[in-house]
Amino acid sequence: MHKTAVAAALFLVGTSFVPRIASADTSITAAGSTALLPLVKAAADQYQSQHPDVKIAVSGGGSGTGINQVVQKAVDIGDSDIMAAGHPELVDHRVAAVGFALIAHPGVRVTNLTKKQIQDIFSEKVQNWKDVGGADVKITVINRPRNSGTRAVFTKTIMGDVSISSAGLTEDATGSVVTTVKSTPGAISYAAFSGTHNQQGIVELKIDGVAPTDENVQSGKYPVWSYEHMYTNGPPNAAISRFLAFVTSNSELLHKAGYILIRDMRVHESDR
Amino acid sequence: MAAIATPRIGVFATRAHRQEFIAMLVLRAASTFVVVAISALFLYLAIEGTKLFTVDHVSPFQFLFSPVFNPDANKPGSLVFIVGSLSVTLFAVLVGGPFGIAVGVFLAELAPPRMVAAMKPAIEVLVGIPSVVYGWIGLTLLVPLIRTVTGSNGFGLLAAGTVLSVMILPTVITLSEDAMRTVPNSLREGSLAMGATRWQTISRVLLPAAASGLTVAVILGIARAIGETLAVQLVIGNAAVLPQGLLGATAALPTEIVIDMAGAQQGSLLEHALFSMAFLLLLIAMALILAVRFALRKRA
Repeated sequence: MHKTAVAAALFLVGTSFVPRIASADTSITAAGSTALLPLVKAAADQYQSQHPDVKIAVSGGGSGTGINQVVQKAVDIGDSDIMAAGHPELVDHRVAAVGFALIAHPGVRVTNLTKKQIQDIFSEKVQNWKDVGGADVKITVINRPRNSGTRAVFTKTIMGDVSISSAGLTEDATGSVVTTVKSTPGAISYAAFSGTHNQQGIVELKIDGVAPTDENVQSGKYPVWSYEHMYTNGPPNAAISRFLAFVTSNSELLHKAGYILIRDMRVHESDR
Repeated sequence: MAAIATPRIGVFATRAHRQEFIAMLVLRAASTFVVVAISALFLYLAIEGTKLFTVDHVSPFQFLFSPVFNPDANKPGSLVFIVGSLSVTLFAVLVGGPFGIAVGVFLAELAPPRMVAAMKPAIEVLVGIPSVVYGWIGLTLLVPLIRTVTGSNGFGLLAAGTVLSVMILPTVITLSEDAMRTVPNSLREGSLAMGATRWQTISRVLLPAAASGLTVAVILGIARAIGETLAVQLVIGNAAVLPQGLLGATAALPTEIVIDMAGAQQGSLLEHALFSMAFLLLLIAMALILAVRFALRKRA
């Protein structure tokens, strides 16, 4: 009995030191922006079915998380809606552009807001939809957290110097923002087209009369958009390069998932 | 095995000695490891948690009492989260505490043994339900209910406090039942023999006699509530403002940590502020444990 116990103990200790049998599979991990998540997920699924030897694990967490994790080499690819400042070791791969829609609960009876009205709503100067031409419903503002790239894009392109009131609710992913807006009367928030187009139960608002469409983003009429970045820590290895090229060049996939090919953009970030 | 047994001396003289030695070694090693791990954890949190004051030169006063949490502008005031944590916990204890004690008293004093046998496992199941499930049920049932009844958006103090009241029930019930059962039978019998009714016996004799045990039940309920993260995060609204009444959305210490930690850059003011909040939670937990010790000592 004694010997069995010792043998079992040795086995348990031993297995934790024996390196796992090396597999021929390549594995790639990506995390970050939930605005970019649908594209990376769809691309990973398609890529894996074409290349059964490659395993790609994709998760969200927000742009800030993506940049943090790739800096710490916790993941191979960090997804972000915003440029990673102050990290010279990171290599930027711009894979697509995406627009961000202002979304509201259908009960608010508003289809268009001016930039000024949006600033007033998110800074809590206006607290009822009737003050911007809608129904008599209290406004519930839903924000993304501090580390969100979507929030950063929204702040930069709409809010400018007006600060977002901290009284709003916070939801930490594109998906949960859309779900909460659907279920909360009077709710307003912002999210990437990839999470808002083809969604029932929400209204995508026009901004200064311009509808949130890919065409309007491409022509520069619609202001809220950004490039989507996939960062690697140093130059990517061959396997990661191939996957990144696959994401960037797959126009059918990009369109279906709600993103815009970079070469289709007729306006550039510097033009704003 | 050698044909001729050679006489052995020292601690390994017999098999029993050998086993004794190994067993003591394992027990000592395990205990040492636990002590080292706990000290390391405390030390790490204490160092990281005070960098906000030593590296960023924020005054502890500002951290504790300023309601402005804007780390980008060097303003890590955490009053909102501290008040948020304390209010949801207070709500949970005010609602769940008496409720849990009532069930505990019922189980110990009134319930027939069969009913106790049926309810005990049910309460144990309550402990085993993961907090994400509590939070999700709160999000899908409680938040819409509050929204419909009150006309608010549903998220906030009331939702979070209600979810927590349910979550602390098993702790409070189990511990208060134990507290009641430790009251000597002679007190029960004496009171009933004097002609007191059951309720008079419970309220005037047994509850006062079990007071310190019941206090422990409530304190451990508080400890359970104040650290709860996920279930609270889903329903509290996560708005960095002081709660505007019961229906107002707010945020708590653990929920703010979990929302911001992944995106906090190493060495940033935000990261330091979050560590300070974690350290504060640890200090609160320690204070609660000391309170338990104090309550138990009073009984002895």
